[in-house]
Amino acid sequence: MVATTPEESGAAPAASQPRSVAKAAPSIGARVLCEALVREGVDTVFGYPGGAVIPLYDVLPEFPSIHHVLVRHEQGAGHAADGYARVTGKVGVCLATSGPGATNLVTPIATAMLDSIPMVAITGQVGQHFIGSDAFQEIDITGITLPITKHNFLVRHAADIGPTIQKAFHLAKSGRPGPVLVDIPKDVLLAASELGAAESLDLVGYKPTYTPHRRQIRLAAQEIRNAQKPLILAGHGILLSGAMDELKTLAEKAQIPVGLTLLGIGGLDQNHPLCLGMVGMHGFAHANRAIYETDVLIGVGMRFDDRVTGRVSDFAPNARVVHIDIDPAEIGKNIETTVPVVGDARQALALLNAELEELRHDEWIESIAEWRRTPPYRPHANDAVLQPQFVMERLCEATDGNAIVVTDVGQHQMWAAQYFQCNKPNNWVTSGGLGTMGFGVPAALGAALARPDDEVWAVVGDGGVQMTLFEFATLVQEQANVNVVIINNGYLGMVRQWQQLFHDRNYSETFISQPDFQMLATAYGMAARTVTSRDDVDVAIEWAREIVGPTLLNFVVEQEMNVYPMIPSGGSYGELIEKGE
Amino acid sequence: MTQRSHTLVVLVEDHPGVLNRVMSLFRQRGFNVNSVAVGHSETTGMSRMTFVIGGDDRMVEQVTKQLYKLLEVVKVTDVTGENLIQRELALVKVAATERTRADVMRLATDIYRARFVDATPDTLILEVTGPSDKIDSMLTMIRPYGIKEVARTGLVAMVRGTGNSRLTVVQDAVA
Ligand SMILES: Cc1ncc(C[n+]2csc(CCOP(=O)(O)OP(=O)(O)O)c2C)c(N)n1
Repeated sequence: MVATTPEESGAAPAASQPRSVAKAAPSIGARVLCEALVREGVDTVFGYPGGAVIPLYDVLPEFPSIHHVLVRHEQGAGHAADGYARVTGKVGVCLATSGPGATNLVTPIATAMLDSIPMVAITGQVGQHFIGSDAFQEIDITGITLPITKHNFLVRHAADIGPTIQKAFHLAKSGRPGPVLVDIPKDVLLAASELGAAESLDLVGYKPTYTPHRRQIRLAAQEIRNAQKPLILAGHGILLSGAMDELKTLAEKAQIPVGLTLLGIGGLDQNHPLCLGMVGMHGFAHANRAIYETDVLIGVGMRFDDRVTGRVSDFAPNARVVHIDIDPAEIGKNIETTVPVVGDARQALALLNAELEELRHDEWIESIAEWRRTPPYRPHANDAVLQPQFVMERLCEATDGNAIVVTDVGQHQMWAAQYFQCNKPNNWVTSGGLGTMGFGVPAALGAALARPDDEVWAVVGDGGVQMTLFEFATLVQEQANVNVVIINNGYLGMVRQWQQLFHDRNYSETFISQPDFQMLATAYGMAARTVTSRDDVDVAIEWAREIVGPTLLNFVVEQEMNVYPMIPSGGSYGELIEKGE
Repeated sequence: MTQRSHTLVVLVEDHPGVLNRVMSLFRQRGFNVNSVAVGHSETTGMSRMTFVIGGDDRMVEQVTKQLYKLLEVVKVTDVTGENLIQRELALVKVAATERTRADVMRLATDIYRARFVDATPDTLILEVTGPSDKIDSMLTMIRPYGIKEVARTGLVAMVRGTGNSRLTVVQDAVA
């Protein structure tokens, strides 16, 4: 992209006359920052300029290996960096100016925090002599992001930029990954400085435990040996540590069925005979029943979130619990643990596999298979009205479950989880912990730019898409290969479902009007179609797949469809609602 | 599990804002802090924080683990139940007329070993050090005379003899 000239920096040449880089020009903090990013292997930065970061944008054209993506709102930059990180395993980078630019990053940073996404957010800050004076566009962003970052920094000297960026990346991706914010005052960006050599980092108070304690592994193995009905719950940690092979080996060697958390999807191929698919509030009935009956539950890289456990006292009531996690604070936080194992999921599973002999649990596996034979709820299979589940099934079929699927938050997210049998690691992108509406479109942008050769589908609701649809413009500007699918039910569907089931159908403020999405997308320059009938679904999907660049499919579906099965919030497996009336 | 008060000694790197980080964590997670005392430790660049928090053992385990997630936190020791020296300092301004002065002075010095550090015709300031409950007890006894002002430092604690909470003890990350 060609950077346009901000009015404030009068000296900058027009975009058409490429600026000659004066070799003699003394290096400044802003240049050191770019060099430090290049050293970390950064190839894409999602950002938005402003007064405090003009010095940075001034030098950015000197670094052609960094592709700057100009989003339409900083929230988009944060979610795009998040999507980029989720599909690559690399650190996602976003950039914003001070004040309102920085505060617009709060939601994506929190989203990344709750889902343990490696992210570095760089914000401009007012000059240091202004700090504390409520200066124009001054905000205490390190204070604001204290509880939603793994760590944050305010850089006070240009000489600290290099080491701080190095630390920030190290922190973001090591141990339990998470977002790190680096706030840099304008005078620091402008101060003369050079990038020093990379240092070997010694962070006294930060030493993540990767290799688990041998004794704990032996105890875990013993629990598994003694089990009649063992069950693995595989979470995001499997993907973050790259433990897919080790998980599969453990499942096969010891014949243990595997349930996946929402963020664990992709940890094991859902076509694998031992894979039970998603567990939790909208998980499969057979998977949740397996949790109810298991006698040894092995949680790996997951945190027993309430959307998984329901009422804690009734969760896995018969089970002894083995909990493997890299974050010691997760162990014993929600569920009492029999054997705690602190360490990296891949290493822990590899050690466990070495420790264990082959085991069989034929009866247990057969009984789960028996529960599974009850066919899942398929509403009005022959109805003329388009069913959202049908759209997801067809999309899965068309792409063989191999596309990258990015969702927003709501009913469509759960249908995508249930019916799009995503079976490749790092192909499933969804906001689990924070449940951030507006996440889908920008995260899909990030995913598509990170993996331009892959097919990317953004599955969004008609409510959530309206929160960030201005990023259609960025999709077009970047010609990102994203197919946006709107599951358009005319409601804030997930809330409407709760109103229907738990609040006497009082649909207060959940009917939502909408623009003509097809026309709107066309106005932005996207190819777009509206689909209202079952017969047109496959054709539309194929049509979108053929087109290079962003497309939009607006599927107008049954308005009052619910997501089933469902365990009510704070309920237990015994209260599972199998299907609607 | 039984609720009781726990004394935590936390060694942290001396970075700007570190107390804020620790307190923000307590606030965010709903941990109840009864007292805080912060000052330099035996190592340059390291501060020592002493917290008295209320809660059951499980909660204290969570507090400890969460604290370790903060970059600057180097060591957390729950010294509750150890053989401890515990001290807090308080300055107490108490009303004292000619009639009551002698009583206040006797009570404070004989029983609580307080020192007098200021006197005016209507007031006395006393300085007292000791375990927090000793200070509480003195305040109860002095109260009828009319307490005008109290300033307390919060508790500091140290394990007696060879037991310690110094940096040399390596953190065992296994829960
Ligand atoms: C930013 C934000 N605001 C509010 C919510 C609460 N919320 C969760 S699901 C939902 C409805 C989503 O509606 P829509 O996007 O139309 O998707 P549907 O559920 O209909 O598939 C709402 C409002 C949220 N998750 N995120």
